[in-house]
Amino acid sequence: MIRARYLPFVATVLIFVVAYALCALQFPNMLSFRVLGNLLTDNAFLGIAAVGMTFVILSGGIDLSMGSVIAFTSVFVAVLVRAGVHPALAFALALAVSTSFGALMGLTIHALKMPAFVVTLAGMFLARGAAFLISTDSVPISHDFLKQLKGIYIQLPDKGKLSFLAILMLLAFAVGVILAHRTRFGANVYALGGSEQSAELMGVPLRKTMIQLYAFSGFMAGLAGLAYTLYTSAGYSLATVGVELDAIAAVVVGGTLLTGGSGLVLGTLFGVLIQGLIQTYIVFDGTLSSWWTKIVIGMLLFAFIVLQRLILLVSERRAAIRASSGG
Amino acid sequence: MTHDALLSAQGIDKSFFGVKVLDGVDFSLRGGEIHALLGENGAGKSTLVKILTGAYRRDAGAMWLDGQEVEPRSVAEAQALGIGTVYQEVNLLDNLTVAENLYLGRQPRRMGMIDRRRMRGDAATLLARYGVGADPDETLAHYPVAVRQIIAIARAVDLSGKVLFLDEPTASLDAREVQALFTVLRQLRAQGLGIVIITHFLDQVYQIADRVTVLRNGRMVGSRAIAELPRRDLVAMMLGRELAEATAHRGSGATQPDTPAAFLFEGYGKRGSIAPFDLDIRPGEVVGIAGLLGSGRTETARLMFGIDRPDSGQAAVDGQPVTLHSPQDAIGHGFGMCPEERKTDGIVGDLSVRQNIVLALQASRGWARPIPRREADALAERYIKALDIRPPDPNRPIKFLSGGNQQKAILARWLATDPRLLILDEPTRGIDIGAHAEIINLIEKLREDGMALVVISSEIEELVAFSTRVIVLSDRHHVRELRGAEITAEAIVEAMAVPGDAA
Amino acid sequence: MTKLKQLRPQLLALAVVLVLIGLISPGFFSVTVQNGRLYGSLIDVGVRVAPVALLAIGMTLVIATKGIDLSVGAVMAITGAVAATLVADGHSVPVVLAVSLALGLVCGIWNGVLVAFLDIQPIIATLILMVAGRGIAQLITGGVILTFNDPAFSFIGSGAVLGIPMPILIWLAMGLAVGLLVRRSALGLLIEAVGINRRASMLVGVRARFLILATYAISGLCAAMAGMIVTADIHGADANNAGLWLELDAILAVVIGGTSLAGGRFSITASLIGALIIQALNTGILMSGWPPEFNLIVKAVVIVAILTLQSPAVADELSVLRGMLRRKGAKS
Repeated sequence: MIRARYLPFVATVLIFVVAYALCALQFPNMLSFRVLGNLLTDNAFLGIAAVGMTFVILSGGIDLSMGSVIAFTSVFVAVLVRAGVHPALAFALALAVSTSFGALMGLTIHALKMPAFVVTLAGMFLARGAAFLISTDSVPISHDFLKQLKGIYIQLPDKGKLSFLAILMLLAFAVGVILAHRTRFGANVYALGGSEQSAELMGVPLRKTMIQLYAFSGFMAGLAGLAYTLYTSAGYSLATVGVELDAIAAVVVGGTLLTGGSGLVLGTLFGVLIQGLIQTYIVFDGTLSSWWTKIVIGMLLFAFIVLQRLILLVSERRAAIRASSGG
Repeated sequence: MTHDALLSAQGIDKSFFGVKVLDGVDFSLRGGEIHALLGENGAGKSTLVKILTGAYRRDAGAMWLDGQEVEPRSVAEAQALGIGTVYQEVNLLDNLTVAENLYLGRQPRRMGMIDRRRMRGDAATLLARYGVGADPDETLAHYPVAVRQIIAIARAVDLSGKVLFLDEPTASLDAREVQALFTVLRQLRAQGLGIVIITHFLDQVYQIADRVTVLRNGRMVGSRAIAELPRRDLVAMMLGRELAEATAHRGSGATQPDTPAAFLFEGYGKRGSIAPFDLDIRPGEVVGIAGLLGSGRTETARLMFGIDRPDSGQAAVDGQPVTLHSPQDAIGHGFGMCPEERKTDGIVGDLSVRQNIVLALQASRGWARPIPRREADALAERYIKALDIRPPDPNRPIKFLSGGNQQKAILARWLATDPRLLILDEPTRGIDIGAHAEIINLIEKLREDGMALVVISSEIEELVAFSTRVIVLSDRHHVRELRGAEITAEAIVEAMAVPGDAA
Repeated sequence: MTKLKQLRPQLLALAVVLVLIGLISPGFFSVTVQNGRLYGSLIDVGVRVAPVALLAIGMTLVIATKGIDLSVGAVMAITGAVAATLVADGHSVPVVLAVSLALGLVCGIWNGVLVAFLDIQPIIATLILMVAGRGIAQLITGGVILTFNDPAFSFIGSGAVLGIPMPILIWLAMGLAVGLLVRRSALGLLIEAVGINRRASMLVGVRARFLILATYAISGLCAAMAGMIVTADIHGADANNAGLWLELDAILAVVIGGTSLAGGRFSITASLIGALIIQALNTGILMSGWPPEFNLIVKAVVIVAILTLQSPAVADELSVLRGMLRRKGAKS
């Protein structure tokens, strides 16, 4: 018996498996470790960002600044490396900046009692503007250290590779799962998503949790920025516009309730993979246009939102029947 | 004031925006006692509790726990000191599991990670002590309010362990659940806990409490042992005057069975909500509906007003069959309803008193026919005067009015539509005694003017005072109808005790 | 008079922004007449604000019901694409207008049905069309930037009547029309009631679902108009960029205008002033000779400043302060 709260997650996994099976029936080549490896690598930066977004959405908030922070991080790192700073140091600095930026947004949301939507919207403009200030051109980078990083991979059967980026994303998800389910911070995030007022009365430190939460989301955006920089070997301030939307879509398709309080980090991984699968299918097909991705994701969003509504309705009805028969 | 009490406070002052809500209040609680905190709405009970439990800071005064002066600056600090609270509505988190709710913020950890297995085990052990067999891994939303309440108490006691504050713990429980809760409270009392309970139900005070403290207008009236305090004296302490006037039996209006019923419901019911019932209402009578919470009284009102759809039976107005599938349908036939939950279902908080008063009339006219400002002003002025709504300012947002005045404004909202049938669900709940008497007078006056009224109330004496007939509900069935001289408090209580299927 | 008093913070903010821009670039306020049409930076602000102003009109109503419409940018892209396709195919202007507006209405009704009848959270419900809409627009244009040459249709974007550019006339007229519609009928009151307490409103017989549907429909119409203005202005449709992020500007305009995202009381005039503040900032930065890179940062800072002053936390503090001052004044 599957508990009702796991139903959306199970649906996500099922959709991914069935969709993959259907794709493989049409294009047997898609069923290979090479394709699977690429699927993970190509969506690594989105996946990492989506881990952060999952936490924010679980808390009942939203982070619209992610795409801009990713772009900012990539330009920031690229310019530093071009200026001769060691990439490792540049990475550390970039993560420090993006994490503090997130923490600042969290503090603002809490201190000014303003909706996360508005605060992170301002953050979106700010981060994008800062990226423009650093450079409006695409800044290519190349450094031995980066090559070494990219050289790390795990060999899979039939020439498949689990690249460094794919490993980084899977690690991010692993950390996310542990944080969400095995730490007090994670429990507090779920509590916030249930009801901020109740959570506060139950002793959840709102201010601290809010700052930690958006700092974590900023950190993940920064990490996604680093992944993006490695992936494209460049930093560009106009890149990754709208990634926050893809991340939100991945989280929702992954079975997390957009209103917060319910969902699994692991579901988001499958949400990201489903998006990647659609793109891979379009590439294999060759005749379909890439904008079909958007339309299919829109339809999936619709399907999941309706599914969540139905689950809620059914469980409400069940509770009503239980109440009437019990008391 | 002895400081050997478990928890004591002296000279507590608190003001909001320059208005003094607590003025030199003293309070003392012993270990192993259940102490009821009583007072009318606005007496300062909630504020006092919030100060003692760390949610608010006091302006002056001091408090001691176990003889030590303490200064809790937050709910968490109070908890750490040993003072736990269970609030009336905002309670726990529905989306978390039972175990997570019990251990939020203090989860057992192993090597920095939450030890989920131990948390589940601890939760099961803890709940077993309270006689609750809930699955620690199931989300809280899965369980009825009564179970959640006990889980909340289990958490609060486990967390603090010396003092437990309960704010209106029985408000949404039925009689059996209340007894189950009281069993738990007695058990905790025997363990030496000091328990403070805020409630409106005087019956329950006499059932469970050892001592009472009464507040009035932010001042302490007194603190007494319940055994030495006759009910009448307690009420007098709360009101500062005799209650006689408010509950005196009045002429209940003669029923004229020969006049045709203007409103007729036959076999009207909805599965899982209320068993099919027959009900006829004539102009100029007040049909009282009595029953415990969960007996189907609010469900009856919801069905009549078209909020829920019936799955059996029919309704007729003036002998013509009608469909009541939405409030608009009901309003179209001249119905009006004041819901039980005034804050969430009644007032539109940010709108002015005037806008709240004209809202129902405007809705029935439709958006294309706005009520002219002059007409709205006249309506507001008329009802503010007629119902003595205070302060008499039609432009003030209604959320700034007291509960009683909000209730009057909602009544005015329906009176403005000139209804033929008015359904009032707990019209006097949670409002101060002055407004209480005024609303009862109004009900009588409306009846005399020829309106048909259906009034649901959990205050039996009140029903006896104004009802022409009383329908008694039990277990989602209409079990008994009392008329004329049959209407006595004893008869109603007796009928309520009848199991629903026996009808 | 009370109306003006309520608009004071927004008017003040607009005045401050305008004065600052005037100080940096003195030519800002000069208006000239050429070929019977008004020209000048100030006029330019009025023209360029048109899309956001139109979106803000619909968005104000939606936000007043406690909703939000994230799809308006995508709807602009869709209607723009359809309008451009129709114009390129040689259809007459009335046909193009009618079809595009009808399409905007349909998009709005789709959102409205999801929110009002399926009870899906507005931010989620409209996210669907926001994500899928641009794909649909691409589908219509076949993935290319459609261009056309039709002076009659372009008049909407670049023409002028009595010297006043069309876009200004359109958003003013729409603002006036919707403003009159909601304030001269009972729509405004009922929308506010639904936004503040939907349950209570439904219990007194307010047709909340219908009202909510109507606000999204109006928002869709406004988006269609904005889409056509942009299409007419650039003589073509760019499914990728038309209306991109304008939903965010529109929401900001409404929030700066003082309508709470939590729903309830609203003012269309204030939202339009909010839109003007945003556009004046954009134009001002452009004129100041600063690199355009500054644009977003300055915008973010100004927005943060305005929102901070309006935030509930600061508002509480201010009202306490004001109360204390008043009491002090009364005593002395």
